[in-house]
Amino acid sequence: MSIQPILLAGLDASTADRTWRLADYMQRGGYAALKKILAENISPEAVINEVKKSSLRGRGGAGFPAGLKWSFMPRNYSGAKYLVCNTDEGEPGTFKDRDLMRFNPHQVIEGMAIAAYAMGVECGYNYIHGEVWDLYTRFEEALAEARAAGFIGQKILGSNFNFELFAHHGWGAYICGEETGLLESIEGKKGQPRYKPPFPASYGLYGKPTTINNTETFAAVPWIILNGGEKYLELGKPNNGGTKLFSVSGHVVKPGVYEVPMGTPFPVLLEMCGGMRNGKLKAVIPGGSSAPVLPADIIMDCTLDYDSIAKAGSMLGSGAVIVMDESVCMVKALERLSYFYFEESCGQCTPCREGTGWLYRVVHRIEHGQGRPEDLDLLNSVTENIMGRTICALGDAAALPVRSFTKHFKSEFEYHIENKKCMVPPEVQREGSNIYVTPNRVPSC
Amino acid sequence: MLSQDTLKKIDHEVAKYPADQKQSAVMAALAHAQDEKGWLAQETIACVAEYLGMAPMAAYEVASFYNMYDLAPVGKHKLTVCTNLPCALSGGVHVADYLKQKLGIDFNETTPDGMFTLKEGECMGVCGDAPVLLMNNKRMCSYMTPEAIDKLLDELKS
Repeated sequence: MSIQPILLAGLDASTADRTWRLADYMQRGGYAALKKILAENISPEAVINEVKKSSLRGRGGAGFPAGLKWSFMPRNYSGAKYLVCNTDEGEPGTFKDRDLMRFNPHQVIEGMAIAAYAMGVECGYNYIHGEVWDLYTRFEEALAEARAAGFIGQKILGSNFNFELFAHHGWGAYICGEETGLLESIEGKKGQPRYKPPFPASYGLYGKPTTINNTETFAAVPWIILNGGEKYLELGKPNNGGTKLFSVSGHVVKPGVYEVPMGTPFPVLLEMCGGMRNGKLKAVIPGGSSAPVLPADIIMDCTLDYDSIAKAGSMLGSGAVIVMDESVCMVKALERLSYFYFEESCGQCTPCREGTGWLYRVVHRIEHGQGRPEDLDLLNSVTENIMGRTICALGDAAALPVRSFTKHFKSEFEYHIENKKCMVPPEVQREGSNIYVTPNRVPSC
Repeated sequence: MLSQDTLKKIDHEVAKYPADQKQSAVMAALAHAQDEKGWLAQETIACVAEYLGMAPMAAYEVASFYNMYDLAPVGKHKLTVCTNLPCALSGGVHVADYLKQKLGIDFNETTPDGMFTLKEGECMGVCGDAPVLLMNNKRMCSYMTPEAIDKLLDELKS
């Protein structure tokens, strides 16, 4: 099947790292959507309507319809309003926004400018994950180019539309990917999420109406404006418009970012990644580490879209596909994920702060041969006492892996507890997690 | 005291935010201060706070919340290896073990000559390049192998 990329269209893998500049983007047809809106005086309502028709859903993980979110912004509010892009990509397994930001940063800028026009916003920030410093400096350079060319700033392209856009970097906190934690962080505070309501559309950055979207969501907007919302929807499937970037990691031959239409069967994506490296497919986490794990037989029957993955009992999330073969000990895999949530809990809500520690310690002791017969019930009870009892979704994100790993791979956990060791021999595990040399990739520093 | 160069960089950040929201620049300002001093002593944090017109404790809260600020001295080169699940499936833990053995230190330790500090990192958002390590918070090293690590360490020592 032939797959036409939208977000990464016109990018050649061998030169993509050099063709991110404004001149290259213009050659690929860049900023045509923004020009069209301003030249034809297309109304903000019409822009929002087009995005609604496209069925573009938030690409950060929650999948909330973007057009609907935009329509929540108070139209006639007289004070400052803000637009924020969430490039705080730190959900284990997710690295798609990195490719957009290093290969096509102007597409993100153009998408944000269009969104700002649609919502009457004059100032925006792009919050970039702390560990990817190169992306931050590149985005600042791209912004300077866009400003010099009149695509952002005052009186854009001679119109009355003003929009200033700036880059802000994080410095190592997963929780800032949560939108209100991110806003606190831009305000120069600890990134601890806020109670909702009030939602950011009424009380956001500096207490002003604010819309926050994921990088990939913004990047899809120029194409939608140029080609129409309906056409975008047709690329995917009903209620799941367009294409989506999938970050594929783990035991495949070619880990990387792949853009495919929503609704693509999982086996097709697996084949694009060159298939499995050595072993047989055991399990896949389809939407980033917070998404429930699915055993091979279930995921092989799924198509990649919000609805199909949800029906299978997991989440499409950010489209981060973590592929595991049979060399993986599921107890050990869960132990590492549970440690991550324990480490990254911001400490604000007791069920999460204490509960993530309990989850990690209990999974740790099972992995290390000190599990007790009642431990699986204990894990279940701790997750029940976290879920739905915290301000943000990190608590649930910590609980869902535990619930799904112990559900689908219960026998492995029981074996560990009973035999004080793993079903998968240590040497098989060690070999399976060995240092992998990706074909056609060289070490770079 | 911070150098004029650092203050200039901080001014660039401050200019991005509304005039009454200078505190928004604190994350970037602390990062620049850390670059200059090597780590964030309480005096340095207080300096940043004063420059931005915020309480020292408010700046300290930020410095102690985010993982990449160092509140104690670290080696000249801080190497942070990602061992989270996606990286671990492609050798992240093996790379960390190799570095531990090569440098003769464990995580959160510094070599006696003060050259290297080793840290275990959480997801850096580059899982497709695994195994990865981050040098001094800013330089991403992708597709690391033992040979690539040897080369990097030789370069850093010379």
